[in-house]
Amino acid sequence: MERCAARRAPEEERRVRANAREYNEKFQYASNCIKTSKYNIVTFLPVNLFEQFQEVANTYFLFLLILQLIPQISSLSWFTTIVPLVLVLTITAVKDATDDYFRHKSDNQVNNRQSQVLISGVLRQEQWMNVRVGDIIKLENNQFVAADLLLLSSSEPHGLCYIETAELDGETNMKVRQAIPVTSELGDTSKLALFDGEVICEPPNNKLDKFGGTLYWKENKYPLSNQNMLLRGCVLRNTEWCFGLVIFAGPDTKLMQNSGRTKFKRTSIDRLMNTLVLWIFGFLVCMGVILAIGNAIWEHEVGVCFQIYLPWDEGVHSAFFSGFLSFWSYIIILNTVVPISLYVSVEVIRLGHSYFINWDKKMYCAKRRTPAEARTTTLNEELGQVEYIFSDKTGTLTQNIMVFSKCSVNGHSYGDVQDVLGHKAELGERPEPVDFSFNPLADPRFQFWDPSLLEAVKLGDPHVHEFFRLLSLCHTVMSEEKSEGELFYKAQSPDEGALVTAARNFGFVFRSRTPKTITVHELGRAITYQLLAILDFNNIRKRMSVIVRSPEGKIRLYCKGADTILLERLHPTNQDLTNVTTDHLNEYAGEGLRTLVLAYKDLEESYYEDWSERLHRASGAPEAREDRLARLYDEVEHDMMLLGATAIEDKLQQGVPETIAILTLANIKIWVLTGDKQETAVNIGYSCKMLTDDMTEVFVITGHTVLEVREELRKAREKMMDASRSMGNGFSYQEKLSSTKLTSVLEAIAGEYALVINGHSLAHALEADMEVEFLETACACKAVICCRVTPLQKAQVVELVKKYKKAVTLAIGDGANDVSMIKTAHIGVGISGQEGIQAVLASDYSFSQFKFLQRLLLVHGRWSYLRMCKFLCYFFYKNFAFTMVHFWFGFFCGFSAQTVYDQYFITLYNIVYTSLPVLAMGVFDQDVPEQRSMEYPKLYEPGQLNLLFNKREFFICIAQGIYTSVLMFFIPYGVFADATRDDGAQLADYQSFAVTVATSLVIVVSVQIGLDTGFWTAINHFFIWGSLAAYFAILFAMHSDGLFQMFPNQFRFVGNAQNTLAQPTVWLTIALTTVVCVMPVVAFRFLKLDLKPELSDTVRYTQLVRKKQKTQHRCMRRVGRVGSRRSGYAFSHQEGFGELIMSGKNMRLSSLALSGFAARPSASWIETLRKKKGGEGSTACSPSGAADKTLKV
Amino acid sequence: MLVSWSASEGFAPQEAEARPSRCPDNSAFKQQRLPAWKPQLTIATVLSTFFLTGAFCLSVGICLILSANSVREIQVYKCSDCSKLRENSYNWNIECLCSVDFKLKEDMLGDVFMYYGLQNFYQNHRRYVISRSDAQLLGRDVNRSYCAPFTTYNNGTPMAPCGAIANSMFNDTIDLFYNFNSSVIQVPLLKTGNSWWTDKNVKFRNPQSHNLSSAFAGTARPPYWQKPVYLLDEEDERNNGYINDDFIIWMRVSAFATFRNLYRRISRKRHFADGLPAGNYTFHISYNFPVTKFKGKKYVILSTMVWSGGSNPFLGIAYVVCGAAATLTGFIITAIHLKLRKKKTYFQK
Repeated sequence: MERCAARRAPEEERRVRANAREYNEKFQYASNCIKTSKYNIVTFLPVNLFEQFQEVANTYFLFLLILQLIPQISSLSWFTTIVPLVLVLTITAVKDATDDYFRHKSDNQVNNRQSQVLISGVLRQEQWMNVRVGDIIKLENNQFVAADLLLLSSSEPHGLCYIETAELDGETNMKVRQAIPVTSELGDTSKLALFDGEVICEPPNNKLDKFGGTLYWKENKYPLSNQNMLLRGCVLRNTEWCFGLVIFAGPDTKLMQNSGRTKFKRTSIDRLMNTLVLWIFGFLVCMGVILAIGNAIWEHEVGVCFQIYLPWDEGVHSAFFSGFLSFWSYIIILNTVVPISLYVSVEVIRLGHSYFINWDKKMYCAKRRTPAEARTTTLNEELGQVEYIFSDKTGTLTQNIMVFSKCSVNGHSYGDVQDVLGHKAELGERPEPVDFSFNPLADPRFQFWDPSLLEAVKLGDPHVHEFFRLLSLCHTVMSEEKSEGELFYKAQSPDEGALVTAARNFGFVFRSRTPKTITVHELGRAITYQLLAILDFNNIRKRMSVIVRSPEGKIRLYCKGADTILLERLHPTNQDLTNVTTDHLNEYAGEGLRTLVLAYKDLEESYYEDWSERLHRASGAPEAREDRLARLYDEVEHDMMLLGATAIEDKLQQGVPETIAILTLANIKIWVLTGDKQETAVNIGYSCKMLTDDMTEVFVITGHTVLEVREELRKAREKMMDASRSMGNGFSYQEKLSSTKLTSVLEAIAGEYALVINGHSLAHALEADMEVEFLETACACKAVICCRVTPLQKAQVVELVKKYKKAVTLAIGDGANDVSMIKTAHIGVGISGQEGIQAVLASDYSFSQFKFLQRLLLVHGRWSYLRMCKFLCYFFYKNFAFTMVHFWFGFFCGFSAQTVYDQYFITLYNIVYTSLPVLAMGVFDQDVPEQRSMEYPKLYEPGQLNLLFNKREFFICIAQGIYTSVLMFFIPYGVFADATRDDGAQLADYQSFAVTVATSLVIVVSVQIGLDTGFWTAINHFFIWGSLAAYFAILFAMHSDGLFQMFPNQFRFVGNAQNTLAQPTVWLTIALTTVVCVMPVVAFRFLKLDLKPELSDTVRYTQLVRKKQKTQHRCMRRVGRVGSRRSGYAFSHQEGFGELIMSGKNMRLSSLALSGFAARPSASWIETLRKKKGGEGSTACSPSGAADKTLKV
Repeated sequence: MLVSWSASEGFAPQEAEARPSRCPDNSAFKQQRLPAWKPQLTIATVLSTFFLTGAFCLSVGICLILSANSVREIQVYKCSDCSKLRENSYNWNIECLCSVDFKLKEDMLGDVFMYYGLQNFYQNHRRYVISRSDAQLLGRDVNRSYCAPFTTYNNGTPMAPCGAIANSMFNDTIDLFYNFNSSVIQVPLLKTGNSWWTDKNVKFRNPQSHNLSSAFAGTARPPYWQKPVYLLDEEDERNNGYINDDFIIWMRVSAFATFRNLYRRISRKRHFADGLPAGNYTFHISYNFPVTKFKGKKYVILSTMVWSGGSNPFLGIAYVVCGAAATLTGFIITAIHLKLRKKKTYFQK
């Protein structure tokens, strides 16, 4: 299996010569074989054991094992430690081995992928792992890139090629890469085989967006940049083939360099457990010291006299030394207070919980066919303690699907759903959608419910026609027609796609474009418009326009843009229409729709000539080009005629408002961190009910400087303080005040506030001196929305809350931009949506719908936390009850470290007699049924406040364990001291005592687990009764003749079970011990239930009373907000695409040639293109540079 | 009609095969909907538990106390002259006899058991407990490393039986005499049948040989023993060597430093058919076992038995206390519950 080369010393620069394997081999670069697996068959055992013994617990038990081999102090046989240790090591090893097996499998699968390698002038099929640095390989459309390649040439003009980087950075939009001009001509294998350029570049690193190097070829130097690179993990799209030179292979590729090991996350229970184990360890040492001192005193006072019968061991000459030895002896026998099986059991329970998450049918998305997945098995109980949720917006709260839902044309609003009688229909009783069958090119997925719009189109309403004509012309969408009529649009932003699709269905089908033309099928007629200019979108303009010449020769400017911008630029004659349209806009915005205003303007031929002349000069200007262009654009986009407005619905994911409402009721604070614009984010905030119009105030912080931000934050806080003061120190906030988690006065403010903060303000707010202020203000608000934030800022916000709030945070997102936040938060959840799998890969849990979050937290998380807490309480209890008996016995056996129990009992107690019932409880227990945790979200609060297992609860468990151990020892002691059996023989012999105590211990802890188990499934029954049965079966087997005959010195308890357990006195003792140990617990539990019931108790009681009441009515107002807020124009696409289109660089020659329907693209244009393709070299500007900037945040 | 039906029938599984579902099974186990019993602490169950437990404990406790009271037991401390003699270990082979008189005011009816009691003798000390070889006691000659520090003599002769427990065996002989009408009658005592059946028949075996002394040839008695193991009971072949009852009983170490071991049972014959009649008795003790060295005490006990064993007031009292506490708690819970019941809430809407 050892096919992949080992690591070498880091290199300083990389030299790669094409087609020269011998030359490149000198440098011993890594081959393209990847290895993510850790072991092979030979190394598995030593390496795995070495890793396991790096765990403190395992080493501790190894140390105990060594102690036990020293005869002077071994108070227990070696197997009492080695059996559990081996068991633990085996379970872990098996788990590691299976994990590694799957890694091997996936490695093999990747390594054995095929690629075409150019070897001595011939293309050969090779496995990926056999690809070497310096090889030239050929990629075809839709293939994965095998290694980091320098793009040499491609099937497209200018050596362009398109890639999708979803696996690399999670962005689904396509990117353009371009070969350097000299190599882009090397289109066939014979030329490539002669290529012997040498690349000198940077050593391997993990920067995905940077590359620096130089190509030396034919005495010339050519600089290389990231723009020339194809990285491993990308997929080639829309490019028939391309050739690349392998620069980095295998582990050196940027993909592999990036797949660093994720930070190991621990839960707060884990950390608490580790602290407690340390405390217990300290306690153990204390007990050891006490007993060692006792031993020294005893040996000095009593043991000395007893030496005739029991001389001291050889080498022991003083009571002090004897005490020292007995310290170690006691450490050995008391070590069961820190049981080795604790860690394994915890892992097993978490694994079980993870499976329950994976198996949950209610978290399965049928549409995407993805079940929920717990990708880590170590965080489950933390899901029950979440206080802050940080959510991405796009793809998480929203589906990132834009739907053309309404429009206003010439003062008439279309798109309301109407029933047969023409009234506005309620949601849910929708009539049939509009039938678009008249149009063979219609997109069948598009749905519209208002037939009047289509009627208007059919009747030939000129405004409506112009409206849709605009939509079909004014955009930067690319079309692709695989076969006649099968039209696909590739839109930069989903908004645009929705608009063009709407126009398409209403009979204005955008079919194809060339750099100079746009072909539209208008109600069946193919019309080719001459595209004169695209006035591209940018953030400041907030609009885009096209200038087209219709076949009749009229020049017209079509513009669409944000209402605020566009309404100012209309011709004054539009005033009446503007008023009506504004009303409509308000209405749409009130429904949470994204709006755009459409307008047009006719241009005079002469004016256009002049303008275009100036434009040409401006675009060629060396300086201030941007400004001059902007001014020109501004000039022409004036005095436009209003056409209407569109409203696009940014579809929320299913059940988002309900989920947010329930999570808010569960006292979880939800912060939305989005890369989107403020308007969009606020809009979504309203539509998913995070923000409501009932809120006292929504603070918007948009300051650009530190001072502004500070001032705005201060004002916000002052307002909140004032309000709370004036509202009479709210009686409704009394309980908040009394809450223990109160960290500042701000937590107790009255009224509901929300905070919206911008990315640039956030940058200031996150500075060291302001972060606390910001955090306090933000935490005082019901809802927080951060917009325009970068991925890094997302992580910083999470980090901030983690740092100061000591609360459990959860980050949920779906894109590569959420990865940092997902990795930073205590729990990362990935939505397995459309935006690649980066987020899912970085996450701890993944599912495909935001709404599953409520089930993950309120049901699974809550149960996990409850179960884990119950498990830990019981586990510490049972081990203290078990072990402390030795402590008490120490005072009666001369502190000699004599155990109370048979050594086999000690060995098996934790792994056989008591392990399964508590595991079953830890896996299956339920306090209230799952529906109830949704009905009463408040049930989630104990987890957030960490009420079920904390230091106090721990001490209660310990106290109970010690109490039990005291009774467990002293009741049999009282009974046995002077007693005799009913046949006169001695009763108080050591072995009978051992059996009696062991039996009563097993019974008491079984009764206790019975009390703790609230949910007795068949499995619980089986384990609890089975454990008791197993105890007696093993007891009788161990005390049987057969084993004794074989190993008389090991099984000394022969015949003990049947003799001791036949005594009524023994059973009376066991019964008394059980009653005395259990009854106080019952009494306390009942009184607590009766006097201070928890919410869960009340819920359970309700169940019992069987009042089948309806769900407690949670006020979920469905009132649409009264539109005070205008939704802004939220083009999610970037500028720069228009230029690319106009340059024609992204047009494919082949597709153009094939397009039969295209209305005769001007032959001259093809000529120019061909000429360019042939002759152009150095003038190739980089249009793709703009596309490359489209980093979605 | 029929055709189309069968066609659709045939189509469905095909589709299912073509796209294997990743949807989790809808089983009760996987969906956490297993049927379950959900016990809850309600006032009814809690109170009935407490009152029933209370009643049970009280009745058991009273029974135990009553029966324990019917046990007759007498403890006699041993003579002090001999103990002085035994303090000096050089006198180990000087025989010391002492007699102790005592008076039974009442008859001891039924089976009467004679015990020797030891105080402050740490039979439960770890090094003491492990110092034995059960393999040897099973008649096998094997590794005696378990027996340290009493394994072999300096000359290499192994001890039989080895180990600290065996070495320290209680070796007084006690006889009981009944002073009946100025004549002295020796009370007949049974020295066998006092140990567990499993000990006598499974755990202890003499080495196989044609006679016992040859079976132990090549071994020596433990240092503190006065006679070798094959002379423990010269009268009864089945009570000699390792399977001697006194030895077996001694080898079953006690759980605490103060304990009593069964020594003899009164043989219910002639005068003693009903037990020990009231009157004057004398113990004749051959005092061999030194106790003053370790500040211990030894005494002889005579006791009768009931179903719950010998005199054992603790269990009865504990049961009564526990029963009383349970009942009292029951009442307290009732009171608290009645007083605060109005506050009990549940969601009614």
